[in-house]
Amino acid sequence: MAKILIPTPLRQYTEKRDAVEVPGTTVGEALGSLTSAYADLRKQLYNDEGKLRSFVNVYVNDEDIRYLSKEATPLKDGDTVSIVPSIAGGSRGY
Amino acid sequence: MATDVAAPPVALTQEEIFRYSRHLIMPEVGMEGQLKLKQAKVLLVGTGGLGAPLGLYLAAAGIGKIGLVDFDIVDHTNLHRQVIHGTKDVGRKKLDSAADRMRDINPNVELVKHEVALTSDNALEIIKDYDMVVDGTDNFPTRYLVNDACVLLGKPNVYGSIFRFEGQATVFATEDGPCYRCLYPEPPPPGLVPSCAEGGVLGILPGMIGVVQATEAVKLIIGQGEPLIGRLLLYDALAMRFRELKLRRSPECPVCGPNRTITKLIDYHQFCGVPSPTAAVAPAASAPVKEGEIDPVDVKAKLDRGDDFQFIDVREPHEYQIASIPGAKLIPLGELPKRVSELDPGRDLIAHCKGGVRSQKAIDFLKTQGFTRMLNMRGGILAWSDKVDPKVPKY
Repeated sequence: MAKILIPTPLRQYTEKRDAVEVPGTTVGEALGSLTSAYADLRKQLYNDEGKLRSFVNVYVNDEDIRYLSKEATPLKDGDTVSIVPSIAGGSRGY
Repeated sequence: MATDVAAPPVALTQEEIFRYSRHLIMPEVGMEGQLKLKQAKVLLVGTGGLGAPLGLYLAAAGIGKIGLVDFDIVDHTNLHRQVIHGTKDVGRKKLDSAADRMRDINPNVELVKHEVALTSDNALEIIKDYDMVVDGTDNFPTRYLVNDACVLLGKPNVYGSIFRFEGQATVFATEDGPCYRCLYPEPPPPGLVPSCAEGGVLGILPGMIGVVQATEAVKLIIGQGEPLIGRLLLYDALAMRFRELKLRRSPECPVCGPNRTITKLIDYHQFCGVPSPTAAVAPAASAPVKEGEIDPVDVKAKLDRGDDFQFIDVREPHEYQIASIPGAKLIPLGELPKRVSELDPGRDLIAHCKGGVRSQKAIDFLKTQGFTRMLNMRGGILAWSDKVDPKVPKY
């Protein structure tokens, strides 16, 4: 099981949960389990070609998976996967 | 007696020595550090949520020259977080309000007001006179612009951003460090991530992140400690938890990598897929009614006449609690797909939200579901408050 930390902007798709425990031996599997459980999240994380969106960064513990084995990065028990989306802040727009 | 030691080019006055005494007695700052601060030139982009604590603390710290970039006006909704401005400043230029407060804190600081929106045409010219930039902006186009300009000019970019209860901070674009594009090569497409006006923000949050930025700016100037380079600090106010992620310079970075493709500033609004600032995000209440839109006054007339139509409010339940229009049925935008059966495509439908953007999204969605007889109430409940019923509070 891996623990995935859900950032604030995406909690609306995970029934407001800030962390979700999912099965998976790799990052790709864990994210697959997550987006099966929360289908609306899939569009937020993946583009139409099924690739992770470039403004969504994924970390295993404190390391960016782009510098590990990307979605094939293995997970062991106790690892924490973080999804870190780009945020701009501010208050413009409605 | 002659001495070999040249007098320092800059010295502190007696007033400054007294003012900065709690800095001067710490060896990590000392006279040397305080003189570095006095000679430093920092550009603060934005005097809003992040810019407020930044302006206050950078002025207090004795930065010699602080440039301020902003073109906005103080309004009431700023005051819960933009603590550099007060209630008496509502309606004033943020630049004037911030500069007055900073001058009061420390009259020794030279303040330069840049009353512009930072653009590809002026960014390099403005930034080149400063040692570093502190990014207190609120939108993706300006963040990419600040980043690219800093990389091109070789100026550090002290970064912070906020959303609801969560903040990020780091230092970009130092000589060997990563830049914003190493972290996020591209912005999210518009609409995928809600803005702070949709999402809200805890008023204290920019205080925390802005103070982290101010701390890093001061550390970079005095050359002490371990700067937040190559580390992304994440802060969750609800959990009261700080975390740190590793940040690397990306070999594929289009602006700071070895095979860079961006060598000059680009059109950042186009890059981010958002309209340029001249095109308002929500149609102004004074703009002419476009096809597919209806004025709140006409909606009121239809309600009063008892016309047959479905009136839906696509905001969130907590917004409905703040203000609502009698007769409008609440179906939050996110619930619309599963609640579409509650609506009848055979009857007229009018949708509203806070300002008119989400209700347009609702109409766009309902079109895909076979609805045709729909109108968007222009300007949302804000315009309703302006034109129909001022007792409906604005938020």
